[in-house]
Amino acid sequence: MMRYLLLICGEPIETMPTEMDTETAAWVEEMDGRGVRKFGNALSPASTATTVRSVDGEVLLSDGPFTETKEQILGFDLIECADLDEAIEVAAKHPWAKFGPIEVRALWSS
Amino acid sequence: VVELTEVEAAVAEVFREEWGRMVATLIRLTGDWDLAEECAQDAVARALERWPQDGVPRKPGAWLTTTARNQARNRLRRAGLEAAKLQEVMAMAVVDESSDFGDDRLRLIFTCCHPALPLEGRVALTLRTLAGLTTPEIARAFLVSESTMAQRIVRTKRKIRQAGIPYRVPPAHLLPERTTAVLGVVYLLFNEGYAATSGADRVRGELCAEAIHLARMLARLMPDDPEVLGLLALTLLQDSRRDARQDSDGDLIPLEEQDRDLWDHIAIAEASDLVEAALRRGAPGPYQVQAAIAACHGTAPSAADTDWRQIAGLYAHLVQMVPTAVVRLNRAVAVAMADGPAAGLPLVDELDESGELAGYHLLPATRADLLRRLGRHREAADSYRAALDLGGTEAERRFLAQRLAEVTA
Repeated sequence: MMRYLLLICGEPIETMPTEMDTETAAWVEEMDGRGVRKFGNALSPASTATTVRSVDGEVLLSDGPFTETKEQILGFDLIECADLDEAIEVAAKHPWAKFGPIEVRALWSS
Repeated sequence: VVELTEVEAAVAEVFREEWGRMVATLIRLTGDWDLAEECAQDAVARALERWPQDGVPRKPGAWLTTTARNQARNRLRRAGLEAAKLQEVMAMAVVDESSDFGDDRLRLIFTCCHPALPLEGRVALTLRTLAGLTTPEIARAFLVSESTMAQRIVRTKRKIRQAGIPYRVPPAHLLPERTTAVLGVVYLLFNEGYAATSGADRVRGELCAEAIHLARMLARLMPDDPEVLGLLALTLLQDSRRDARQDSDGDLIPLEEQDRDLWDHIAIAEASDLVEAALRRGAPGPYQVQAAIAACHGTAPSAADTDWRQIAGLYAHLVQMVPTAVVRLNRAVAVAMADGPAAGLPLVDELDESGELAGYHLLPATRADLLRRLGRHREAADSYRAALDLGGTEAERRFLAQRLAEVTA
């Protein structure tokens, strides 16, 4: 079994189409039911992020994401499946795939 | 004692057939791409060492496979591998016509050509693992440094391992699109070789032979897929004109001016049979239709005897399947040949207005030719000038300049 992180990426949509919520709920239900999805959630906006660095023992904080881009990580799902083909199938079924990119990354020790 | 050169020839022949099989099966058994390649390499080196003294074995392929398997077993044992895996490697069957080794090569090519891999990585890894070309050879063929190519291959293998790309023939619901990806890689390989014209480009030219070899392998392993047969036919037909398509200066000779006695008529006959057999299955695809078009040219006794009506009809099918601007331009040319330049011109103008081929010199060159044939010399001259402004090869430019002189004379 391999574990993958699906990174739901793109620009936040101001007014999310209402069917998006129901479609996402249906996807979560299907993938939870298959035993594929282990955990996942949407993230609060990147503008509310706090970036932490430790420099010479001193903790440095900055307001906002570590890189300023329009595209951000909007959410994530941790899935467990047989191989990349299955991970691609799972990601492609996610309703967000119609709006923005979903990055599929294998966990290092999967 | 066998002559060394004779042994080398025997190894080279067996190598070509057995390399891909050895690597493909060893990858399946060990899951380790590097180990598979190294063991295959060891087996070939051992053959070059032993065969001059012992003679070429009666079943050289089986000898190589057994040797590669033993290498893998020894290496894995030294690495302290668990008994179960070792058992598997030891059980690897020797070459046997009835075994499913073919399936291993299919697993290998589908994995190498997985659409999640970068295209250039797919091409390089296919050549390395299935065709057995060395990294320096592949680097020369693609005009990059050896270190660049080595890195490309390493990165591609790493992605297969780390991203979890499965080593298998895809299941039925993925098979059509994945087969298209495999055929695309093989055809790209062929075109890389075909675009190389000069003698100095011999390594690149040999890519054609490798591509045809891979297409033959696929046709044997997937005999029920008519597009696979179509690809083999298409590559054979294009390659059949190899000796006729350039003059002594290395300039390309247009199809209608080629000496048809120099075409490989045995290859044309084989390919024509393949196209017919493929089309009979009633599932035409872009490779079959392109091959059918090439077969019309290949079987025409002379340029004047070309069945342009049939070719135009085939292009009408092809634009439905592959509605790219270049295919539409080729269709316009075929229509102009079948029904006259006045019938082709609106199709070219339509393309011109769409702007899709802006900057492509063959668009104004085609337009110029149709206008010239219609006697509209002033407009033809403008189009020839536009084509010349956009470049093209030396030979094309000479041809266009000559035509320009004709219509402005």
